[in-house]
Amino acid sequence: MSDGAVMEPILVVLLVTDFLLLGSSRFRTCIKLVSVQGVALGILPALLHGAENSVRAWLLAGGSIVLKGVVFPWLLLRILREAQVRREAQPFVGHSLSILLGVGVLIFSLWVGSTLVLPATAELDTSLLVSAGLATLLIGLFLTISRRTALSQVLGYIVVENGIYTFGVVLVGGVPALVELGVLMDAFVAVFIMSIAAYHISREFEHINVDQLDRLKG
Amino acid sequence: MDGTAILPPAAALLLAPLLLGVINRTKAFFAGRRGRPLLQLYFDLFKLLRKGATYSRTTTWVFRAGPIVGLAAVLAALVLVPLGAVGAPLAFGGDLLVFAYLLCLMRFFTVLAALDTGSSFEGMGASREVLFAALAEPALFLGLAAVAHQSGSLSLSAMIAAIDPATWVSRGPALGLVATALGIVLLAENSRLPVDDPETHLELTMIHEVMVLDYGGPDLAFVLYGAALKLWVLAALLVGLIVPVRTGRPLLDAAAGLAGMLSAAVAIGAVESSRARLRLVRVPKLLVGAMALSALALVLVLR
Repeated sequence: MSDGAVMEPILVVLLVTDFLLLGSSRFRTCIKLVSVQGVALGILPALLHGAENSVRAWLLAGGSIVLKGVVFPWLLLRILREAQVRREAQPFVGHSLSILLGVGVLIFSLWVGSTLVLPATAELDTSLLVSAGLATLLIGLFLTISRRTALSQVLGYIVVENGIYTFGVVLVGGVPALVELGVLMDAFVAVFIMSIAAYHISREFEHINVDQLDRLKG
Repeated sequence: MDGTAILPPAAALLLAPLLLGVINRTKAFFAGRRGRPLLQLYFDLFKLLRKGATYSRTTTWVFRAGPIVGLAAVLAALVLVPLGAVGAPLAFGGDLLVFAYLLCLMRFFTVLAALDTGSSFEGMGASREVLFAALAEPALFLGLAAVAHQSGSLSLSAMIAAIDPATWVSRGPALGLVATALGIVLLAENSRLPVDDPETHLELTMIHEVMVLDYGGPDLAFVLYGAALKLWVLAALLVGLIVPVRTGRPLLDAAAGLAGMLSAAVAIGAVESSRARLRLVRVPKLLVGAMALSALALVLVLR
């Protein structure tokens, strides 16, 4: 099977979960969507580069699937349970408008993807890969700034990380495994710390709305 | 034009009310009931056609024209829609626009007639119908544009006929996205369950049903038959997309298409049984989501 035939369904899953994230308001759904996205992305490098560098690629895939598909959702669901926050994210921008902006971002990314020339694109048709990565990155940033609660910002961060990871797939042949593992480790520590911070915010203030964190509490 | 082209419209005219019967029987099966007879809508139509009509004194000719123009528009749309690989009697470049706007014409007159009664409930239904239709239209057009670009033709018959199993292998994700988006449009346009509940007569939640409250007799028969035909044409588009049986023998293709239509009815019934109706404020989100899927499909095809 050619690379394109493997790649396209996974990238479609990636982009569809992006849109679903923009449109869904329940935390539980959002967390599940992010984990689906993580698992789909985890499989990607192993399938693309499996033939040339199988052990390393599969190890990376296994690491990222376990981390993004199991550990992150488990951490986030635990906060959701213990912090007693409202079940629904309260966005600053409405869901329909968010999805429309997502379509705009997708078109912009497509334009960038078709003009950008990357060093490793010779053997792989990567214009869609680059566009999908960029769109996921921008949608993740948008999720981070457009939602009110700390938990959504953690989710937005993970989506941004997924976008960067998609970019990394283009170059995975050239990046040492140590760097890849380091990035995964960083993401893990970041999510871990942010979860603890969100838990403490909720215990201290009885909410995790970040827009109310701009005043000192005496 | 060969004789087989008469098959799709003839099948639609005869079997469209059966589709609603199948949907209702599926819903009854899920609910553990026996359900009404499969041919109930035929009985209803015959009963209504034999009755006289009553018109309110506040209405004008617009109210009386509503069902007639609506039925005429959907009948005209019928001759453009193929059934699987069997082409429609009339096919020309750009007929997908004519098709979409004939359905719009039908809706436009239904809405005008509803406003003509001066009832506040019907006005509410009309406003909702127009809002949701405006949101469903981009999804329909972007989806059709993706299929048109894939097949290199702007005619519905040629577009649908160009989709074969090989297309599904090479363009599976894009076609799947278009099929999902068209499925959502199908449910929204025909007032099926996640968007509107066809069973209820509670005015506060209704969309399509509330607009036709004032009709009776032959007019109501026209409205019901028109709605059944509209469901048929949109379902035929969807079935043409997802049932890629292209044997080249018209009768076999038509049989596959009909089987596809019946499975589509069962699928609609299953969706309606398993989903609750969305709150009205959530419906735009669903339709915008369908539009996003269509846009993504178009992007994949254009690339």
